[in-house]
Amino acid sequence: MSPPDKRSRSAAYLALQETALQEQEEHAETGGPVIHIGLATCGIAAGALETRHAFEQVLAERKIPARIHPVGCLGHCYAEPVVIIDHPDSGFPPIFYHEVTPGKAKMLARLFLEEGDPRFEHVYGAMKPNDLIPSVMEFSRFSREHRVVMEKCGRIDPGDLNEYIAEGGYRALDAVLRMDPGQVIETVTASGLRGRGGAGFPTGLKWERARTAFGDKLVICNADEGDPGAYMDRAIIESDPHQVLEGLAICAHAAGAGEGGIYIRSEYPLAVRIITRAVEQARQAGLLGKNILGSGIDLEVTVFQGSGAFVCGEETGLIQSMEGRRGMPRHRPPYPVSRGFQGRPTVINNVKTLAYLPLILQRGAEWFRSLGTEHSPGTAVFSVVGDVVHPGLVEIPMGVTLRTLIFDICGGIPKHKGFKAVQIGGPSGGCLPESFLDIPIDFDSLTEAGAMMGSGGLVVMDEATCVVNVSRYFLDFTQKESCGKCTFCRIGARHLLDILTRITCGNGRDGDLEQLERLSRDIKQGSLCGLGRTAPNPILTSLAYFREEYETHVQDGRCPGMMCRPLTAFYIDLEKCARGCDACATCCPTDAVFTTSTRKKGIDLDTCVKCGECVTACPPEYDAVRRVSPAHLAPVVERPAEPVESAADKPENREAP
Amino acid sequence: MSRISFQVNDRKISAPEGMSLLGACLNADIHIPHLCYMEGMTEPPASCRLCFVEIEGRREPVTACTLPVRSDLKVRTDTPAVRRLQRTALRLLLSVHHVDCKHCIANYKCELQRTARFLGIGLKPKHLDHYSKEPEVDDTHPHLIHRPNRCVLCGRCIHICESRHGRAYIAMARRGFDTVLTFYGSTDAIDLPAPDCTACIDVCPVGALESKHGE
Ligand SMILES: Cc1cc2nc3c(=O)[nH]c(=O)nc-3n(C[C@H](O)[C@H](O)[C@H](O)COP(=O)(O)O)c2cc1C
Repeated sequence: MSPPDKRSRSAAYLALQETALQEQEEHAETGGPVIHIGLATCGIAAGALETRHAFEQVLAERKIPARIHPVGCLGHCYAEPVVIIDHPDSGFPPIFYHEVTPGKAKMLARLFLEEGDPRFEHVYGAMKPNDLIPSVMEFSRFSREHRVVMEKCGRIDPGDLNEYIAEGGYRALDAVLRMDPGQVIETVTASGLRGRGGAGFPTGLKWERARTAFGDKLVICNADEGDPGAYMDRAIIESDPHQVLEGLAICAHAAGAGEGGIYIRSEYPLAVRIITRAVEQARQAGLLGKNILGSGIDLEVTVFQGSGAFVCGEETGLIQSMEGRRGMPRHRPPYPVSRGFQGRPTVINNVKTLAYLPLILQRGAEWFRSLGTEHSPGTAVFSVVGDVVHPGLVEIPMGVTLRTLIFDICGGIPKHKGFKAVQIGGPSGGCLPESFLDIPIDFDSLTEAGAMMGSGGLVVMDEATCVVNVSRYFLDFTQKESCGKCTFCRIGARHLLDILTRITCGNGRDGDLEQLERLSRDIKQGSLCGLGRTAPNPILTSLAYFREEYETHVQDGRCPGMMCRPLTAFYIDLEKCARGCDACATCCPTDAVFTTSTRKKGIDLDTCVKCGECVTACPPEYDAVRRVSPAHLAPVVERPAEPVESAADKPENREAP
Repeated sequence: MSRISFQVNDRKISAPEGMSLLGACLNADIHIPHLCYMEGMTEPPASCRLCFVEIEGRREPVTACTLPVRSDLKVRTDTPAVRRLQRTALRLLLSVHHVDCKHCIANYKCELQRTARFLGIGLKPKHLDHYSKEPEVDDTHPHLIHRPNRCVLCGRCIHICESRHGRAYIAMARRGFDTVLTFYGSTDAIDLPAPDCTACIDVCPVGALESKHGE
């Protein structure tokens, strides 16, 4: 942090800063180890609350003078629950521990905190370069990332305003409040910031339009985040809520709005709690409300909970929803910046877009432009999920290739399998094959490829994936989430889904693929809002890049990815099956596995529901369960008329697993 | 109010400033298929997706109901791209429509029949599967009978009800394909406008609403 230049701060800000720094100093003086625990939703889902509880217990029991520091999301989902222990007296740097169960927590408290032994076998890496422990920066999952908007995520306590301020938080707002709104917009325009909500609309331009509109203005943070598999916005709000609020306040000042709103989905209860508390804290500190930081400028912010519809993330649907109506998008223009909530000019920006603003205004447009590409400056945040070794949140400069992101940063495909496709941009995005791995990730290249940046969902698929089934999955989602207003989306998407379902069930017909293409094209062109206009993208891209896979389904009833259940069958390779082993039989939920006369196993195809449990259960040294497609290729093994006695059939061996 | 003239299909027509292109064309006897638009609407829902036209300089067809007239407009109402979208939209509507004109109160005055004739397509589209909704009849309303499998969800009834009574006694419920009209919350006869208001029935472009008390 550069030395504070007192002249450029308001008295009100300096007072807040002093309190914040004082708190930091007090902590520093107390000394002792600090245990940072990632307590965002993802961490909690992996058991972080239990981990914290275990630490609390052991610290109290053994009177260990350590402090627990709750932080947000570090972005390393594969490693949750994540704990960083900073134990300066031990001589070790802060250490990153992964998958810290309550048992591990208690062990670390005793051995590391009390005895100074960091238990090398459990160490993931050190948070700083040192001579004792390899640094996490030696892993490309850490070193190749470039954290800008997520810089403070997982480092600060989202519930403590002072921590944000001590890191320089609200300094940009303090400066902005004494700037002319036009000048603020100029900086944002010069930075080239484009909206991170999906479409990549230039933020400065949007604000300029709002500023010149007439009426009582309003700014809204769009935190609806309805894409399946996307959770960047949630993570940012749960980890660093004040950065979003500061961005919102900057936006309000630039647009000339005295009122702000946060539209957040109610399915994010923790994020709702955190942002609501942050608003309250900011108001009490004079950072929101009347006369912000003594500037004479007012900004009231309210939190509005959406109620569970993807389409309510679309800005005009969002407005309807806030007005208490059914969330149905309307035709644009008029755009919300000229006529939005209750007819008032309304700026709607995504969580990430807003979170970049304090940084851009503090570090300058040039700094932002130095990251990323010419037309897509800055970084991109992706939630990388699916068949990758290190899934989670990844922030990278725009322009990095898909290959780098998937293979170098996220560790590639697990289990030595091959790459098949990547679905980028969520349900509105496209499914891209290997030949696209070297395109740069930016707004324009992805759109050109038929996908889109979307909000940042990225699903990696390995070779054992059926792209037809994946398209069906996304269409199932979009058609369910259609608001039902316009003909193309309401009825058209349903026809698309039905054709896909038919194909994945082996009932594809001649002409189905042409029909899919025709309908998709018309739905894209004819629909009223962005939902319908992008819903066919998964189909159009997968048809373009994996057409033969569709054809195989229709013509041969074969699913090359062996994912479509009606087209596949399981059987047991008798050469490999071990006599007397009952692993598969005991886990079969429908008792489809029987013992053959040679005391090996067979599968009754009529009872088998193709759940795949037996594949998982079969010990790897036998690896005897096979999957084939089309289903009729499975060799038929007759179930003996009389059940053959096997180990598992004896009641005393039939234990619950 | 000043009038604006512009070109449609090689013809010059004029309309008052602020009017939608669809309204202007209909006034000038240039037919453009439409279901959800009603004269005098300030903000048409643009939901039926039939009134597409092509505007010189625009890449894709646009809905005429949402475009205010301008003097530099050069409009074509009958290009292949326009017709393709209109036909697809109509086929989609027909794929969920219970086609039984003989027994329908709207026979001969039905907008679907008229549009199908205008676009030259049959009432039973070949390449699309047909779906029906359950239940076929909603008779929970004290005065109205609603048939979801005839309804095109244009929203005219909701619009007219709201403009007549200050609030709509009809609404849409459910999502996506399952969207239906509902009288939810207004099934108590006492709260309702007198049974002699038949505005919703009168504006229905098909025969989805009927009075329980006869014509
Ligand atoms: C179906 C649909 C869903 C959307 N969902 C979101 C969302 O969850 N969050 C979001 O910020 N934008 C979403 N958008 C985009 C918004 O309409 C809008 O463009 C965006 O909030 C503008 O913010 P930006 O300029 O900062 O990108 C969605 C759009 C569509 C068509």
